[in-house]
Amino acid sequence: MNVIGIESSCDETSVAIISNGELKTNLVSSQDFHIEYGGVVPELSSRAHLQRINPLVKDALIKSQLTLENIDLITATAGPGLIGALLVGYTYAKGLAYSLKKTFVPVNHIEGHIFSGFLMEDKPEYPILTLVVSGGHTLLLIAESPIKIRILGTTIDDAAGEAFDKVAKMIGLGYPGGPKIQSVASKGNKDAINFPIAELKQQYHFSFSGLKTAVLRYIQALTKNGELGESQLNDIAASFQNAVVKALSRQVKKAIQNFQVKSISLVGGVAANKAIREEIINIGNKHGLKVVIPNYEFCGDNAAMIALRGQMLYESGERFSLDTPPFPSLKSKYFI
Amino acid sequence: MELVLEKHIHSEDEMTEFAQNFASSLSDGAVVILNGNLGAGKTFIVKAIAKLWKIENVTSPTFALVNDYTGTKRVIHFDFYRVGEEQELYDIGFDEYLSDENAIKFIEWGELFPFILPNKRVELKIIIGDGDFRTITVFKYE
Repeated sequence: MNVIGIESSCDETSVAIISNGELKTNLVSSQDFHIEYGGVVPELSSRAHLQRINPLVKDALIKSQLTLENIDLITATAGPGLIGALLVGYTYAKGLAYSLKKTFVPVNHIEGHIFSGFLMEDKPEYPILTLVVSGGHTLLLIAESPIKIRILGTTIDDAAGEAFDKVAKMIGLGYPGGPKIQSVASKGNKDAINFPIAELKQQYHFSFSGLKTAVLRYIQALTKNGELGESQLNDIAASFQNAVVKALSRQVKKAIQNFQVKSISLVGGVAANKAIREEIINIGNKHGLKVVIPNYEFCGDNAAMIALRGQMLYESGERFSLDTPPFPSLKSKYFI
Repeated sequence: MELVLEKHIHSEDEMTEFAQNFASSLSDGAVVILNGNLGAGKTFIVKAIAKLWKIENVTSPTFALVNDYTGTKRVIHFDFYRVGEEQELYDIGFDEYLSDENAIKFIEWGELFPFILPNKRVELKIIIGDGDFRTITVFKYE
């Protein structure tokens, strides 16, 4: 079976092809889309997706040595995301499915992330405790089967990735904040500053807004006596990152105690962070659980996870009509 | 432009109280701009107001650019923080969102793109002081 995946929910346009269970290609616009196709394109816009999608699909087919006629399953992100951006990839996929008379599978972007561990050779085993950390989302959940996902907690304010970006800005590092904080933090002392970790009434929820404000206050207090020195910046980055790691790991540990799971998976763009990866691996090892963290190329937004999730749904017997609407907000009939 | 109010806030509870009082002054279709630095409490204010309208799940729209909620009222929550140029806002359908005459629209970091803002709007400027101290000024544009 040949499956094409199309992703356009946010900034990235991505096209991937899975052939008989093997990922043939996974093109992501920020890396694989070249100027020759259409000149300079704005970063976040529906127009940018529109300019990039056709060349990327053609390229993906060439790289996989397939033609559109060979494709059996057409999958695309239906949400959550920016509706204008979503519509580009989603409508494109529907058009392909209609004209080629192929099966169409709409995919929830977050479900794509949740099951992205299955893109790895060593696959997770159900039930899977999954931590989704990205620029827009922070979720803790248990995937009990491909179509049964128990949501334990979410962020009540800022997402983990957003906290990284904003703190990076506060201490004068550029965008994207995640890799920059990580690099500066490696030179600092993570125990130098005791930033707070939110105590929430709801057992598995997260909050990063208070941490962001605490960092701001700390910087304000220090800059009263002049500019921040390099070692101070390093310590702030290291201590902030450590607070995020602790906030995430605390909920993960709690969930392991209260639920029977076989594996842990860390997914989403922020799963590229080394300190968070190490912590999740440590927790998994300590509790004798299998740990599956996707390679870096599958952490950020990508269509490989969309194709994979689409095929998974199809193989679970799920069928969808071509008039299935896209959706901007986080919802899924598989969430329990 | 008319200065409506200047208020000193000393705690999160006072911020919530301010937000809820402010909400009662909003008529259907209102456009509210929230200006103020990172950590000022812009999302906090929207969260507190939306709660009055039975919307419990407000999170930061920085990454998504816009979040759309429906409780007893429809709330459209924009954030211009990571928007690069005005054209991108038109591309994501800013005009269409604003055309809903009943929805209450909140725009964080509205000052980054002043020319796209509707003439009729309310602007909150939040200035961060020490600790929880904030000074909020409310301006009305007709």
